[in-house]
Amino acid sequence: MKKIKRENLKQLFDLISSGQRLYIPIKKAGQTNYGIYAADSRVDLDTLKTVKSSKEAFFPQSETLYTVTKENRKIKITQQELEGEDFVLFGVRGCDIKGAQVLDRVFLSSPVDSFYEARRNHGIIVALACSEPEESCFCTTFGVDPTEPEGDVTTWFKGEYLYWKANTEKGERLTALCSELLTDADEAAVEEEKESIKAILSRLPYADLSLESWHGDATNEKFGSELWKELYKPCLACGTCTFVCPTCQCYDLKDYDTGSGVQRYRCWDSCMYSDFTMMAHGNNRTSQMQRFRQRFMHKLVYFPANNDGMYSCVGCGRCVDKCPASTNIVKVIKAFSKEVNSK
Amino acid sequence: MQELISRLKELLESGSVQRVLGWKKGDFTFNPEPAYFNSAEELSEFVYDGFCGANLSKYMIKASNLEGVTAVLLKPCDTYSFNQLIKEHRVIREKAYIIGIGCKGKLSLDAIKAQGVKGITDIKGAEIDGDCNELKVETLYGEKTVSYKDSMLERCHVCKGKEHMIYDELMLESADTLDADRFTDVEIIENLTSEDKFTYFQRELSKCIRCNACRNVCPACSCRKCVFDSTKFDSEQKANVDPFHESMFHIIRAFHVAGRCTDCGECSRVCPQGIPLHLFNRKFIKDINEYYGVFQAGEDIGQTSPLTDYTLDDMEAEERR
Repeated sequence: MKKIKRENLKQLFDLISSGQRLYIPIKKAGQTNYGIYAADSRVDLDTLKTVKSSKEAFFPQSETLYTVTKENRKIKITQQELEGEDFVLFGVRGCDIKGAQVLDRVFLSSPVDSFYEARRNHGIIVALACSEPEESCFCTTFGVDPTEPEGDVTTWFKGEYLYWKANTEKGERLTALCSELLTDADEAAVEEEKESIKAILSRLPYADLSLESWHGDATNEKFGSELWKELYKPCLACGTCTFVCPTCQCYDLKDYDTGSGVQRYRCWDSCMYSDFTMMAHGNNRTSQMQRFRQRFMHKLVYFPANNDGMYSCVGCGRCVDKCPASTNIVKVIKAFSKEVNSK
Repeated sequence: MQELISRLKELLESGSVQRVLGWKKGDFTFNPEPAYFNSAEELSEFVYDGFCGANLSKYMIKASNLEGVTAVLLKPCDTYSFNQLIKEHRVIREKAYIIGIGCKGKLSLDAIKAQGVKGITDIKGAEIDGDCNELKVETLYGEKTVSYKDSMLERCHVCKGKEHMIYDELMLESADTLDADRFTDVEIIENLTSEDKFTYFQRELSKCIRCNACRNVCPACSCRKCVFDSTKFDSEQKANVDPFHESMFHIIRAFHVAGRCTDCGECSRVCPQGIPLHLFNRKFIKDINEYYGVFQAGEDIGQTSPLTDYTLDDMEAEERR
């Protein structure tokens, strides 16, 4: 176990970023999102949840796959290079790390997504325990331990210090790189911090949220429920929930006319959008009720059905915080529990 | 509040309306959601308080296609949007029974959190029957008190007034919330150098995640198929590929709603990245006021529109002479 004084963190970030890219929560124009650290960045590790999750470090909102240019009478296709350099992703919360594990199921199973794989292999994750969980948090429902999130390095804020524990070989290497700034520490302070977090977790409003009845075999029972016809009604059909979500993984492939060629890129897509799953024959989901149902069925039924019971929600609560119509996955889960209990 | 619920029950039970469009209690005191109530029993979940910011006029586009009459609860500022939608033939007046409800300012959870409040579990003081001076906030980390005014949405500080522009009946008291000038922020930006303006908007718009919440909540954005959703053109965009894309969506949207935007402030309320989108619209409103005379979209159904009606006094006509 190591530690570093809070006031020396800037030196730590400068040191890490001198040899590699450092992605870290940065406050810009009033909001905190992951960004590439520069000496003048306003690092913000106090905000519990970045607006967008850390998934963007592995799966950017838009990324070029290849470009097509015309040279004389020939067409030249240039493939985008894969990530080739290590980078550090700093301050990742337990929910977002679990989110990456969900995405691994999608992108690292055959056929492997080489763009994602390269970033994942080169990413070094410095996890940060959640000293002050918030009302919309329900990660423990999905088996996340915010007191000791799994990363290559796990860190905790406690008093004047950031405590630091390497968990993997990548983490050991990063620790060695930062050795001049890190001093030895004993585990007692961290144990105390973990206990204090646990006490808060037990008092969270969603602490008792139950996933009973949500599992891979629930398709028939849930799909036809009358509840969807009511639940979707406030939904504005925007993509906020899907774009702030650490596990939403759907994307679209598009061509951008650069004026002198074509840039083929992929970008996040949202099952809330009207042309999602548009095919040559048309669209198999034509109403917002169907789109709304799809999002929650995917997270709580279809995904576990295809991934050994793993849900594709991690309980970060971003959709709870951000939905402009105040409808969200927790309200959906609760509505179904209420229905079961009233029967 | 009780008298409002009784009245809604009466309307439903008498059969003069088929449903009520209002707000349903959330699982917290601060996250009610827009909802339909089809029977008097369902009204047990009804709520109307400081957190009911959503402008229900937009929902009336869909409700106009439902059978029978929908009793819709509109705050003073929402009625401007409703008028504008009538003018654009997007809602049917006869399908709505408008209950103009009082407003004491609507709250922003972000504004409360910005005052250093974390882990909010309960908020008292937002009730419409109360005096709306102070909010008692219970959190996981102790109790806090914040002022109601400091916790309001930006739009309520520049309130257009508590008069309803269209209604069938009025209920509940309002309280004045105006304490700032609507165009101050626009003027500050107007006075920046071109470089500083560019930097300002680039910083703000680079946060955009293209979730379309601003467009989908906007009563002026009521096209059946938005050009940004159409797969038939190159204009369809789901992500910002470069800074040009970031700006294009918002600027085209601002141009498209110019002269029709009532400044209801929903775009800024819903933006997950806190982009002050209303500033674009207010710049247009300010320019329209200066070039064509003071104009407020949605004030009445019969008004002529500055950008779609031509008169010989228009500045363009003046220039041509």
